[in-house]
Amino acid sequence: MADNNNTPKPGLFERGGKLGWLNSTYEAFDTFLRVPATVTGRGSHVRDGVDVKRVMIIAVLAVIPAALFGMWNIGHMHNLTMGTDWNLWQQFWFGFLKVLPLYLVSYIVGLAIEFTGAQIKNEELNEGYLMTGMLIPLIVPVDTPLWMLALAVAFAVIFGKEIFGGSGYNFLNPALLARAFLFFSYPAKLSGTGTLDAPNWLALKHGETLADAASGATPLTYAFQNSDAGISALNGAGYDFWNLFAGTVPGSVGETSTIAILIGAFILIWTGVGSWKTMLSSVIGALCIGWLGNIAGITDIPAYYQLVLGGFAFGTVFMATDPVTSAQTETGKWIYGFLIGALCVTIRLFNPGYAEGMMLAILLMNTFAPLIDYCVTSSAVNKRAKKAKIA
Amino acid sequence: MSNNIELSRGLDVPVKGAADLKVRKTFIPDVVAVKPTDFKGFTPRLLVKEGDKVMAGSPVMADKAHTGILLTSPVSGTVQAIVRGEKRKLLAVLVKSDEEQKWVNFGVKNVEGLSAEQVRQTIMDSGLWPSIVQRPYGIIADPDLKPKAIYVSAFNTAPLAADNDFALGEDLSAIQAGVTALAKLTDGGVHVGINAATESSSPFHKLEGAVLHSFSGKHPAGNVGIQISHISPIMKGDTVWTVSLLMLAAIGKVFTTGKLNLMRKVAITGPAAKDPAYVETLPGFNMKEVSEFFDTDKGELRIVSGDILSGENVGPEGYGGFFANQVSILREGREREILGWAKPFRPGVFSSSRTFFSWLCPKKKYDMDTNLHGGQRAFVVSDVYSKVLPMDIYPIYLIKACLAGDIDKMEQFGIYEVLPWDLALCEYVDPSKNDIQDIISKGIDLMLKEMA
Repeated sequence: MADNNNTPKPGLFERGGKLGWLNSTYEAFDTFLRVPATVTGRGSHVRDGVDVKRVMIIAVLAVIPAALFGMWNIGHMHNLTMGTDWNLWQQFWFGFLKVLPLYLVSYIVGLAIEFTGAQIKNEELNEGYLMTGMLIPLIVPVDTPLWMLALAVAFAVIFGKEIFGGSGYNFLNPALLARAFLFFSYPAKLSGTGTLDAPNWLALKHGETLADAASGATPLTYAFQNSDAGISALNGAGYDFWNLFAGTVPGSVGETSTIAILIGAFILIWTGVGSWKTMLSSVIGALCIGWLGNIAGITDIPAYYQLVLGGFAFGTVFMATDPVTSAQTETGKWIYGFLIGALCVTIRLFNPGYAEGMMLAILLMNTFAPLIDYCVTSSAVNKRAKKAKIA
Repeated sequence: MSNNIELSRGLDVPVKGAADLKVRKTFIPDVVAVKPTDFKGFTPRLLVKEGDKVMAGSPVMADKAHTGILLTSPVSGTVQAIVRGEKRKLLAVLVKSDEEQKWVNFGVKNVEGLSAEQVRQTIMDSGLWPSIVQRPYGIIADPDLKPKAIYVSAFNTAPLAADNDFALGEDLSAIQAGVTALAKLTDGGVHVGINAATESSSPFHKLEGAVLHSFSGKHPAGNVGIQISHISPIMKGDTVWTVSLLMLAAIGKVFTTGKLNLMRKVAITGPAAKDPAYVETLPGFNMKEVSEFFDTDKGELRIVSGDILSGENVGPEGYGGFFANQVSILREGREREILGWAKPFRPGVFSSSRTFFSWLCPKKKYDMDTNLHGGQRAFVVSDVYSKVLPMDIYPIYLIKACLAGDIDKMEQFGIYEVLPWDLALCEYVDPSKNDIQDIISKGIDLMLKEMA
């Protein structure tokens, strides 16, 4: 450490010390507990109070309402389906116990890989996984087997992030990559059809079975996948706009409640951690395609339903706004967000096999984000060059 | 002023320690340092040796590339020492001042009647030519060139910077002479950026023979680079010159008095400064001579010649820079706050982002120290940088092009338009704690090398 230059012998965990090879890990814990004593060197002598740790903790904070609601909703759904008579706390507690193992696996596996990576590269640990680890349990079905989740997390962190150099260098959202890994590797678990073999959107106690196969299906199934899909099927199954908005419906843990997600959106936008441009343009994109779908007679689901169905809101607020994998330019953010919303609804309308379009929409736009930025910056550069010629 | 340019992006760093508008003391420094490192692109050749007698205005060194460009002594005295660093690099020439000051006489001249050649020669003889900065790259102006235009910013927006109206208001006639002189060196005119906020009170609104542009906004609205980009952006192939108002006054005085008079009001500022105020002295003074403004016993201090965003850390016994009319005094921030990043409230810490609650008290001034407030990371957040840079460029792309050493991209993203301190605020707000000014500076060095 720079401030100990005058001590003759390196400390236990310093480079050259007895346990110096653990330096990166030690630093990670040390700076987690206390602000580093590093002072500015070259350049600006004072610096702003904000750092990447702070940005990440704010993002995590924004997800918490959705996570808490999700836990309660798991218990609530179980209550409805099984006909038990739990109170609010029992419902929450049931959901909490169901989600806790997912969090444990997500953070233990993810952080173990991050620590190892930082140790091998002999660099400081990056905070990016705090947010990724928070998101992963919220976007998978609650009964995902833990070994599957562990594999998905490992894949996402290693191939989504570490091989590119870690947080800040990745081009795909690692949390979504984990879900995509599950989706493509174990489709039966994530198909969202809610069969008896894979009642995946409901958490069951040991030994319980579902009486009615269809009760495990999500609103998306009624809206887009079934043969009689449409607004009447959706409403017929008991889902109207308001309970979809409130979130008392089956779905991935964190994605159901638009209200809880809006609280998160407010925190992100107010603190400036998430871009309101991306969020707003994504909403506009979804409404546009949803409305076009209505006009063309492809679906009779009103466009505004698209905003409260499935993972749209969660993806728009917490995934699309990931600053590393989204477009970097302000104009680019408008285009990027719009295309995410538009693509998500397009997939819903034209892919009856798997109506959850948000994951693929965001991952696809992640890959296109650099291209969008390239177009935006080149057009600005060209415009300037032209202006210079005239002047 | 009808053509006010309003800059909405920027940030006034709310730091404590603004200097009172009064001169605490006036002194001729005991020893003055002439530092060639203050001038980018100046390769020094020594013209004096230890023990030589010099007058104020006597040449001390010359530029190897252009022997007519001189650095002169601001003070009359004896050359006390020649300070060299690694590989015998010349760092400074120290001149011990005499009791009685003597000046080289350059002759009082009426600027109106002079030709461009006479103006150029007088400025070069006086040793003030290096105070004219050429953009792109921020190097010493090439006397053989005719610049597109010459730009001067009449106000400072840097944190705690000296108030030009107070510090230079009395020099209006000298500044006027400077403007008239410099106008002869270009066909594009002398452009002066003035502060819209002080339009009624500032003396610089009366300047004649200059194109006045009024600016309003937060820092860096007072940076000449920002002003140029709004008046007429520097494109490939353009060359413009800039002069600080302080140096313009000195140039004017050479014509009006025939002497090199670098006396200036220096603002001693900063959160660790005791009773911050102004002193009147010469450039290159030793910080020991203003030691009554700080107390090194109470913990480690950082003494910066210049402002807290882009000044030079000279230490409590170092010499001030040639261009600086400010000294900033800060505590070294080595205390380690427990769980600082996670605390909901950190009343002593300012953040321009709303991730802390400092937005609740917009008027508060902070006792800032030099703590980095975090560890260095890859660029993560994308939209904070352009919020503090009122220029039509993509800062993050320029920075990354510099990191990659990609000349074409650096050109496209505006390397010609910026100098490191124009992006100082980007560095200040960066949550990833990168040394952005250093990155830009290295990018400029690369351009200089490749384009030579």
